[in-house]
Amino acid sequence: MDINAIKVIEDSLDAKIPEGVIQEKWDKHRFNMKLVNPSNRRKFEVIVVGAGLAGASAAASMGEMGYNVHCFFYQDSARRAHSVAAQGGINAAKNYRNDGDSIFRLFYDTVKGGDYRSREANVYRLAQVSNNIIDQCVAQGVPFAREYGGMLDNRSFGGAQVSRTFYARGQTGQQLLLGAYQALQRQAHAGTVKLYSRTEMLDLIVIDGRARGIVTRDMVTGEMKSYLADAVVLATGGYGNAYFLSTNAIGCNATAAWRAYKRGAYFANPCFVQIHPTCIPPAGEHQSKLTLMSESLRNDGRIWVPRQAGDTRPAAQISEAERFYYLEEKYPSFGNLVPRDVASRNAKTVVDDGHGVGELQNGVYLDFSDAIGRLGKDVIKDRYGNLFDMYTSITGEDPYEAPMRIYPAIHYTMGGVWVDYNLESAIPGLFVLGEANFSDHGANRLGASALMQGVADGYFVIPYTLGNYLAQTQLDSVDLGNAAVAEAEAAVNDKIDKLMAVNGKRSVTHFHREVGRALWDYVGMARNDEGLRKALERIPEIRAEFWDDVRVPGSAKDLNQSLEMAGRVADFLELGELMAFDALHRNESCGGHFREESQTEEGEALRNDEKFSFVSAWEYNGDGQTPNLHKESLAFEYVALSRRSYK
Amino acid sequence: MKLHLKIWRQENKNSQGRFENYTLDDVSQDSSFLEMLDLLNEELTEKGDEPIAFDHDCREGICGMCSLVINGVAHGQNREPIKQVTVCQLHMRHFHDGETITIEPWRAQAFPALKDLIVDRTAFDIIIQAGGYVSVSTGGAAEASAIPVPKKDADVSMDAAACIGCGACVAACPNASAMLFTSAKITHLGILPQGQTERYQRVVDMVNAMDTAGFGGCTNMGECEAVCPKDISLDFIARMNGDLIKAALMGVS
Ligand SMILES: Cc1cc2nc3c(=O)[nH]c(=O)nc-3n(C[C@H](O)[C@H](O)[C@H](O)COP(=O)(O)OP(=O)(O)OC[C@H]3O[C@@H](n4cnc5c(N)ncnc54)[C@H](O)[C@@H]3O)c2cc1C
Ligand code: FES
Repeated sequence: MDINAIKVIEDSLDAKIPEGVIQEKWDKHRFNMKLVNPSNRRKFEVIVVGAGLAGASAAASMGEMGYNVHCFFYQDSARRAHSVAAQGGINAAKNYRNDGDSIFRLFYDTVKGGDYRSREANVYRLAQVSNNIIDQCVAQGVPFAREYGGMLDNRSFGGAQVSRTFYARGQTGQQLLLGAYQALQRQAHAGTVKLYSRTEMLDLIVIDGRARGIVTRDMVTGEMKSYLADAVVLATGGYGNAYFLSTNAIGCNATAAWRAYKRGAYFANPCFVQIHPTCIPPAGEHQSKLTLMSESLRNDGRIWVPRQAGDTRPAAQISEAERFYYLEEKYPSFGNLVPRDVASRNAKTVVDDGHGVGELQNGVYLDFSDAIGRLGKDVIKDRYGNLFDMYTSITGEDPYEAPMRIYPAIHYTMGGVWVDYNLESAIPGLFVLGEANFSDHGANRLGASALMQGVADGYFVIPYTLGNYLAQTQLDSVDLGNAAVAEAEAAVNDKIDKLMAVNGKRSVTHFHREVGRALWDYVGMARNDEGLRKALERIPEIRAEFWDDVRVPGSAKDLNQSLEMAGRVADFLELGELMAFDALHRNESCGGHFREESQTEEGEALRNDEKFSFVSAWEYNGDGQTPNLHKESLAFEYVALSRRSYK
Repeated sequence: MKLHLKIWRQENKNSQGRFENYTLDDVSQDSSFLEMLDLLNEELTEKGDEPIAFDHDCREGICGMCSLVINGVAHGQNREPIKQVTVCQLHMRHFHDGETITIEPWRAQAFPALKDLIVDRTAFDIIIQAGGYVSVSTGGAAEASAIPVPKKDADVSMDAAACIGCGACVAACPNASAMLFTSAKITHLGILPQGQTERYQRVVDMVNAMDTAGFGGCTNMGECEAVCPKDISLDFIARMNGDLIKAALMGVS
């Protein structure tokens, strides 16, 4: 890939944003969209890949409408998608607290929080439907937290100035997912949705320029099978696992999105990833994933490191004067509650400068002793008991006695498959929902907004926009004898055969760790020209080593977890390069993308709106070739451009 | 630390399984149980052997995918002083150097073996399909604040809804009964105003599905509650039985 040889294609992307004032766009669009007559819906087959919040809500809703839905996922049950792990909550503009919230304010906060790199019209629609989401979930029996009077409780989350976050203890994602899962099971029972568990999508089938099916592998028998349909919906989650260590589940992957990219969909803003400041630091080489400690801990915990670099004394022996409360000192008005990216970057700086704590000196302290002194242990236990227990079970340390150790980790990916206002990709008939699309979060996602987006896409957007597509598209009937099917199957078989045939000496995990390290070091919390160029050299090297020396034991015609992982890592090895490439190209700082060359005198992110107020949508141009760049320019008509400041 | 592992290996559904012995050196006290297995698998792979298949995903105790019987105990967590956790949250510091550890899959007729330590838990989905939901389609919902729910009820509902569907309850039960799992869903929905309309039909249908799927009956052994990583209470079974009786009296079938 050559950064100097990018072919830029301006104005080629039609985001299909409806006309009119922002408040009326979605309503008007809903009226203007074509409908599929209820009795005709059963004549349409729709493939949904993914049964997380986005996929399950989409599949269930379209099943209810009468479409024939086929829903695929890699776990043994739809209830296990990684949406299940979201702890904090889900935003909605209900304004139950009468504290000045509104649809416009939620919209405004999300655009601003995204550091002006998202599409206003999409974000406004998201804020609009946020209220329907809460209604829907309550009706399904989601046991949201209640006040004593029986009304829904809200809390403020991630530094928001209003209390708009709905939650179900520390298991909001689990409860929302169970709501969607149950709706999905109801449709499975009714026969409108067919479920394909332990089935992995390995390629997209495009016929006459339209997405018409997928190639899958049965993960129990190894059997390859293709499915055809009238439209394909991907809701396959984010690509945070490219970094090896992240808060994602082990199986989270980019395969479906990456295959779509290679078949002609565009990959947008791949370098926009979110790093969460409060995770438990790795304990050693054996570490396989990282665990998030809810952000809410920063409400009562104070973050510090020893002022003296290299000081390895236990926390209790370090006197108050010898402690460096770096966030409180640097950001007197926000202190420990600065946004995620600011908190993360500052933790990296102090650790890089040798102030890290813990055996591996790879963390910072999050100290509750003041809060315990002020409020008592019981209050702290009441607020964070579950999290403290989890911390103890993982680290063997007691945060009531000694401060917690935390460090940032990859948590969420804002980038993803480029979609227009209808959530349709550059391949007609291919729709992408949830974390898998490049979404509504711009360069940074606000807390409690990913759940909102996933279910908004699935319950309230795709049922309309997919119908609109089907109603106005003349689709030829296709069958499995089609040449495109044979070609896609051959591509998948070829890749699997190649993986099995290398028969090298290293495990898949070895290479995953290597590419993860390169990404974390060079495309992590702070990026610069030199590092990104190194990544662009290093990743292709690792990829070459992988294809030369990986060992995938067992048989491809059997349950084979090494083979599953090998396919995913092979894709991360390609996607990783695009992430570094995109980061190198975007020579500005915005949201989670911090380019050291572009900072203010105080060391804060400096956007360059003149040059970079656009979405970078990359078009595949062949393996190892420089991708083409489609720019979708972003206009801010309703939220005036401004710079964030937390001093 | 050094460990001796006795692990169940089985090629596929139809083959006969057996225990195999492995020795593993240099296990970190700080690694999780599954990371210990990762280490073994990496060694096996680099030696050219087939790694051990086991289910796992989130590795933070919430997805319910991990499912191992360790030294005869589902999730292996009868190790004081730690509370019940899923096996992905169990850490090696609770084992000692030189220990022999036996690792087996969930064993139940309704959970057929697939490979090594992996079983098929589709039967749980089938129980939910029989009625474990509120029949409300997208778009048909009333304003969320229209029906207040007493906090006490919302809390009990949440206690029950916390079930992660891992199946440890079935694995631990001498009768391989799914009563704890089923009753958790019955309670989660049955206690909320939204779940009232279908309450009695739901319990009848779900219990029927449970029986058809080949799960055993409940004889009040309490083994399920003891291994549950999410503290699902036996009280829910009593509640479900109460609803079943009421359903019978009401003539719901
Ligand atoms: C630890 C953690 C905490 C979080 N907390 C919050 C929070 O408090 N609030 C908030 O708003 N957001 C939170 N988030 C973010 C949010 O949970 C996710 O962004 C969101 O749930 C993603 O939903 P999804 O449906 O897009 O993807 P997922 O839930 O990841 O679902 C992906 C689905 O795709 C399937 N799949 C993937 N690849 C394939 C393939 N190749 N073939 C077949 N199937 C495939 C999987 O089986 C799965 O069903 C959190 C995230 C994490 C990791
Ligand atoms: S792997 Fe998810 S609960 Fe253990």
